[in-house]
Amino acid sequence: MPDIHLFKVAAPNVAKKAQAGQFVVIRIDERGERIPLTIADWDREEGSITIVFMEVGTTTRRLALLETGDFIADFIGPLGLPTHIEKFGTVICVAGGFAVATIMPIARAMRIEGNRVISIMGARNKSLIFWEDKLRGVSDQLIVTTDDGSHARQGLVTEPLKELLETGEKIDRVIAIGPSIMMKFCAKTTQPFGVKTIVSLNPIMVDGTGMCGCCRVSVGGVTKFACVDGPDFDGHQVDWDLLFARQRIYLDEEKRSFEQWQSQYGTRS
Amino acid sequence: MPKQVPNLRARNFNEVALGYTAEQAQAEANRCIQCPKHSCIDGCPVEIDIPGFIKAIRDDDMPEAVRIMKDKNSLPGICGRVCPQETQCEAACSLAKKGAPIAIGRLERYVADWERANVKSAGSPIVQPAPTSKRVAVVGSGPASLTAAADLAKLGHSVTIFEALHVAGGVLMYGIPEFRLPKDIVQAEVGYVVSLGIELELDTVVGKTVTVDELLSNGYQAVFLGPGAGAPMFLNIPGENLNGIYSANEFLTRVNLMKAYRFSEYDTPVKVGKRVAVIGGGNVAMDSARCALRLGADEVYIIYRRSEVEMPARREEVENAMEEGIQFKLLTNPKSCIGDESGQVKALELYEMELGEPDDSGRRRPIPKPGTEYIFDIDVVVVALGTRPNPIIPSTTKDLETTRWGTILTDEVTGKTSKLGVWCGGDMATGAATVISAMGAGKRAATNIDEYLEA
Ligand SMILES: Cc1cc2nc3c(=O)[nH]c(=O)nc-3n(C[C@H](O)[C@H](O)[C@H](O)COP(=O)(O)OP(=O)(O)OC[C@H]3O[C@@H](n4cnc5c(N)ncnc54)[C@H](O)[C@@H]3O)c2cc1C
Ligand code: FES
Repeated sequence: MPDIHLFKVAAPNVAKKAQAGQFVVIRIDERGERIPLTIADWDREEGSITIVFMEVGTTTRRLALLETGDFIADFIGPLGLPTHIEKFGTVICVAGGFAVATIMPIARAMRIEGNRVISIMGARNKSLIFWEDKLRGVSDQLIVTTDDGSHARQGLVTEPLKELLETGEKIDRVIAIGPSIMMKFCAKTTQPFGVKTIVSLNPIMVDGTGMCGCCRVSVGGVTKFACVDGPDFDGHQVDWDLLFARQRIYLDEEKRSFEQWQSQYGTRS
Repeated sequence: MPKQVPNLRARNFNEVALGYTAEQAQAEANRCIQCPKHSCIDGCPVEIDIPGFIKAIRDDDMPEAVRIMKDKNSLPGICGRVCPQETQCEAACSLAKKGAPIAIGRLERYVADWERANVKSAGSPIVQPAPTSKRVAVVGSGPASLTAAADLAKLGHSVTIFEALHVAGGVLMYGIPEFRLPKDIVQAEVGYVVSLGIELELDTVVGKTVTVDELLSNGYQAVFLGPGAGAPMFLNIPGENLNGIYSANEFLTRVNLMKAYRFSEYDTPVKVGKRVAVIGGGNVAMDSARCALRLGADEVYIIYRRSEVEMPARREEVENAMEEGIQFKLLTNPKSCIGDESGQVKALELYEMELGEPDDSGRRRPIPKPGTEYIFDIDVVVVALGTRPNPIIPSTTKDLETTRWGTILTDEVTGKTSKLGVWCGGDMATGAATVISAMGAGKRAATNIDEYLEA
């Protein structure tokens, strides 16, 4: 898979506590930045956490270069509130891009709780599809889409979502996780139907414990710290423009840092 | 005490105050009249034998000065730099009434620096106490926790520190800047505490990775909580979430802990403004303003709603900031933050204040002057309005009572909380205070924990 990576990390203390919807903060080494990554899965017996990430900035690109047996200096968690799991009835879990790994444990927990789970997963193209079988295994029904139609149904995840809502079947809750723009459009799709829609926000973070306020988001007109009050929020209440703007604060610096790193360490051979 | 000259130091992160030379320390120590009252000791929250260590300096017996100091204070290099001696030991000094008190803080710093330069091992020779087989968990690694941990270890208890961040030291590491408190000094003193036989578990968020109740049921007989008051407060004015607006905690964490002032060598960025406004008048505001200047800002403003006399920052730090060229806009308050189309802050709407009757804090209450609003161009804002306790620990611990300010209900003398086997001290018990008061609380709690464990 280009640019998307799944790592299994030995972190027994985090594995003991991890629940669906939570995240970790990592720092690769002494000079590294602290960044949040969602927890994709855990194995309490083995003491491991599976993380998933896409190469977007310096840290994720450096992370991608690690090999089996390498160390990550800091691995802190599980952070954030777990996704609220309850028997709602029918739940639609929507995953965009690599968030399929984030949605999987949520779909699994929802199903174990007795919900009927319909999952929708979408990616740009076939090469970016992974964990399809895994998600199918924890869902009552799975719909797969690709933007270019290279695999399964062509289109965006919002299309099957809308169709499901239009059938008039009672949908009790939607969980949508993926790129912010995709979550925004999922929330827009469900809003006219009045179905509560939970999204998992991913602003820039530093500590991940409520100490800095870097992760502030606005929900229902109230400022919240995503790392401790979330990351899950009501998608119909989120100020999306603020989130988009805050995610772009360091675009210039990111670019500089990446160029610097690249000139120092070269590209991958 | 010699200092770096203002125009030079305003552009580097090296320490501002340079410390006494041996001759200067001797001369200052010789001024001490060794009065029998010892009122300076009463003024010290950790009761250092001040006349004792001053006498040792005078006798040129530096190892003895170190021994006396460390008997009561495990963090002298830190205290010698950041304690408000002017309101504590030095205020109580017999010479204070006649003129200049002994510069106890500077001598304290001198002793600590002498030890670091002249004693090879991390600490002075450690007398191993008889182990008690009792285990204590200490949460956090700020001054309260480090002091409690050190004192408990000296009594033979086996201590583990659990710290949420990737380094130990608390505010000493992430808050107070390098130019006021060099980080290798903090780490040397943390190293001394750890060398007493303490286990240090970093990257462990108590309440998330492990809870207080789990610690108590997994072999720890007592828990000391010193998690500080780490959650930032904001103004709650329109536009406050614009890009370029930081809490002081975030700004200082990026700069000090993550070393954003060496960005590109380190990966964490911070916005370097051209015109920076820092809102607030405390030590944290001064530190933020002085960091912004050192990062390369052209103009840095302190915006404070009362007048200079009400400013809670230490006088010395206000003077340092003024010397460096920080500009003070007093009796001024922000009304809103104004952004550009990309969501970046570009101005503050400010208005003027005047002082009315004294309020609960005894300071004159600032009252807005209507019709005085104006726009002030700015590209980075740091909000330094103080902090409140983080609810992570109280909300995950059974039967741990809090006050209406969110602090953990704590007995001031013993450090006991409402929960059996759990003590608390430092900013989490009192709200944001000082390094030395946190250390005093750690000390008192350690004594009480020891009594509890030995009972
Ligand atoms: C910028 C700034 C400048 C200051 N300047 C001065 C000064 O000049 N002089 C002075 O005397 N005082 C000063 N202070 C105040 C002083 O630093 C504090 O009063 C003091 O550090 C409080 O000590 P503490 O031990 O209670 O907590 P802190 O120093 O806040 O340390 C708490 C530690 O606990 C950790 N922690 C928190 N929650 C958890 C958790 N759930 N699990 C595990 N670990 C956790 C934190 O990460 C932190 O490391 C300043 C404060 C700031 C912010
Ligand atoms: S990341 Fe610092 S408060 Fe959320």
